Amino acid sequence: MHIEVTDKTIDAWSVIKEYENSHPELAGAHGANVVFLGRMRDFNESESVSEMELEHYPGMTEKFLDGIAKQAMQQWDILDVLLVHRVGQIKLADTIVLVTVWAAHRAHAYEANQFIMEALKSKAPFWKKETLTDGNTRWVEKNTPGKVQS
Amino acid sequence: MSIQVKFFASMRERVGKPEALVDAKDADLTALKVWQQATGQETLESNVLIAVNMEYVDKDQQVVDGDEVAFFPPVTGG
Repeated sequence: MHIEVTDKTIDAWSVIKEYENSHPELAGAHGANVVFLGRMRDFNESESVSEMELEHYPGMTEKFLDGIAKQAMQQWDILDVLLVHRVGQIKLADTIVLVTVWAAHRAHAYEANQFIMEALKSKAPFWKKETLTDGNTRWVEKNTPGKVQS
Repeated sequence: MSIQVKFFASMRERVGKPEALVDAKDADLTALKVWQQATGQETLESNVLIAVNMEYVDKDQQVVDGDEVAFFPPVTGG
């Protein structure tokens, strides 16, 4: 299990490859690897966004993310979790968050990955401040739903 | 004898400072009282999130000397 908060660009596929190379026990043991990547959009609340700053609560953020990853490891039949979240200045299309779950079978991997993302979105202490294309800045006040609305 | 108080994101801008110290001599200190002493504001809106020593709590949580208390708006990570 690895949790990281970084102010550097996340090259998601390289991060996953490096993690798998350093954890050879995963090879052969897993039949499912569910990857979620959260990326920066150029629009929000019907306005054009040019860049974003992500603030966090150092210490509490890592502690919270560690807690939800451990909870997922206990609650589902999964082998490992890798979670990397970006902070600082973010540009369009940058990866904001990477959540990867390895499991023997897909059902547990999918569910555990979604559980981690939803817990992160609702409770992990991160805050986004957007810069709009007209130069104005604003704090993001709410998240979009994690489930499809019927 | 003090409580370390932290404010984040829009809360920091609203309060006008990132941190404050609150005297811990009051034996019956709660998170709400810490907020009142640190900001001079009586009311704490229900959507404000509170953490004591980096764990979520409600406003009636008991706070003791040496604790770190943080106040922040709804989170928007991911």
